[in-house]
Amino acid sequence: MSSLTGYLLVSALIFSIGLAGALTRRSAILVLIGIELMLNAANLNFIAFWRYGPNAQALTGVMFAIFSIGIAAAEAAVGLGIVLAVYRHSKTTELDRMNSMKG
Amino acid sequence: MNEPMTPSMIAFSPALRILPEILMTLTGVLVMLVEAVLKPRTSRKPLGIVAILGTLAAIAASVYQLFLPAGTAFFGTVQSDAFSVFFHLVIGCIVLVTLLISLDYFEGHTSFVGEYYALILFGATGMMLMTCSVELLMVFISLEISSISTYILAGYRKRSATSPEASIKYFLLGSFATAFFLYGIALCFGATGSTNLYEIAKGVADGASPLLLTVAFGMMLIGLGFKVSLAPFHVWTPDVYEGAPAPVVGLMSTAPKAAAFAVLLRIAYGAFGTAIHIWMPLVWIMAVLSMTIGNLGALTQRNVKRMLAYSSIAHAGYLLVAFTALAPMGIAAASFYTAAYAAMNVGAFGIISYLSGYNEARTSLSDFAGIARRHPVAAAAFAVFLISLIGIPFTAGFFGKFYVFTAAINSGNAWLAVLGLLNSGVAAFYYLRLLAQMYMVPVEPPREADTAHARPAFILAMAILVLAVFALGIFPGRILDLARAGAATFSGPANAASQTVPVALLRR
Repeated sequence: MSSLTGYLLVSALIFSIGLAGALTRRSAILVLIGIELMLNAANLNFIAFWRYGPNAQALTGVMFAIFSIGIAAAEAAVGLGIVLAVYRHSKTTELDRMNSMKG
Repeated sequence: MNEPMTPSMIAFSPALRILPEILMTLTGVLVMLVEAVLKPRTSRKPLGIVAILGTLAAIAASVYQLFLPAGTAFFGTVQSDAFSVFFHLVIGCIVLVTLLISLDYFEGHTSFVGEYYALILFGATGMMLMTCSVELLMVFISLEISSISTYILAGYRKRSATSPEASIKYFLLGSFATAFFLYGIALCFGATGSTNLYEIAKGVADGASPLLLTVAFGMMLIGLGFKVSLAPFHVWTPDVYEGAPAPVVGLMSTAPKAAAFAVLLRIAYGAFGTAIHIWMPLVWIMAVLSMTIGNLGALTQRNVKRMLAYSSIAHAGYLLVAFTALAPMGIAAASFYTAAYAAMNVGAFGIISYLSGYNEARTSLSDFAGIARRHPVAAAAFAVFLISLIGIPFTAGFFGKFYVFTAAINSGNAWLAVLGLLNSGVAAFYYLRLLAQMYMVPVEPPREADTAHARPAFILAMAILVLAVFALGIFPGRILDLARAGAATFSGPANAASQTVPVALLRR
């Protein structure tokens, strides 16, 4: 097993853990953590593919990872703000109690 | 497109390639600065007017870009060509009309209005940037600029119970989709060694690992499918459209979708153009599912906003039918459909916003009973938009569907066209039910004071949209020419047989 395959397996594992978390957790914040895991799994992929790829002088993979870390931070900030806005209303962050709309 | 450098290309600054985006960003900043100097508790209309002027300037800048030779700038990350200009114009017009609708929406509400306009402008910047990006990093960043702005806008009515709930649902499912999209890009980078669409196209043609490419495309499709509410990734749509403010729904059901479809076209035809067998089955299945689930779901809805949410899923499905029709006719049909859908859907949500007011207490089907008697003009405009959504001749919706289904039949996807037509029949039922409710049911006294009265800006917006619906339905030639010029910028495999037939029909 080459080192690249190892990294890819770890990354796929992290992605699956994040996916499972995002799908099964009921608290909005835990779902957000699951999504962050998924994003970071993708970052790990970028770095691994860049490091073991044929064109390591071009910094594509690292640049992508750096930008996506920045964007994930911006997204989390907005997300927590939205969680607060919901909490003010319904006094809960549990997703299955947010069911005022049906159809 | 890596064209050789000619003297005329060196002569202008690369900033001209993103001039509309620059103007939108500056206007957004300007709106926030102006908000800071406005006195508290005074009308916030000047902000809206600044935003409208900035949007007009951006639209003019997009038209100007038509006269530039197509080409890339900023190290090959953005490309302005007829395709990007087409979508810039669609997005610019949607934003313009949304701003006009919003101008009087905030009557009596003076706090946080500056943010509203700024977020619309920043979001539009992201959407415009999406359509001219030819580098996946740029696509990702601009997709996030547009998404994060719309997450906040969806929760804009902070005091209502439904709006923050809509916002959090949109946010969680949207960022979930983003994660898939990013992972797909990472795999694509691994398979082809690049994130530039042209480099990826080379890698795909040179026989990069088909397994990796299939998974990569699938994950990018999941990510974008969430953003454009394609079944089976549509579950968020009804709740979000019901809870978000109606003018915002008009914007976010059309502009980000147009941008995401532009990205999908660039990825599918530009980068994966030589690997159509990879994505054709996926797109086929999603088109059928979206049309069917959207229309069947809409049948049972009692809330008009929810009904239109399901209808928007179905329309995304029709658009996807155009994808299966191959370049360049499919691309032209898909581009035209985004413009047609934008005109009718922004209009429909504008009328809902007008009739149901700021608190949106009157959005159920029974609230629209006898509206034709109380608001004859608004009801007539609503009727035009609904008729266009059904796809009756002389409206934008008719030609949109006509091109999509003709393109599908010409490229040997007759079954998909038949399914689409059957679906349009089902769809006619729920639109007509709403029309009947408006025109046939006797007037009921409104449950609470009906304060809706039209203002000049709103009337202007609706007049623009009604004209657009008819213009696209009676003289679609100009817009279609631009859409076809955009489609011609793709280097994907040309399907010569299906290239010109519908247009030739039209010209006669």
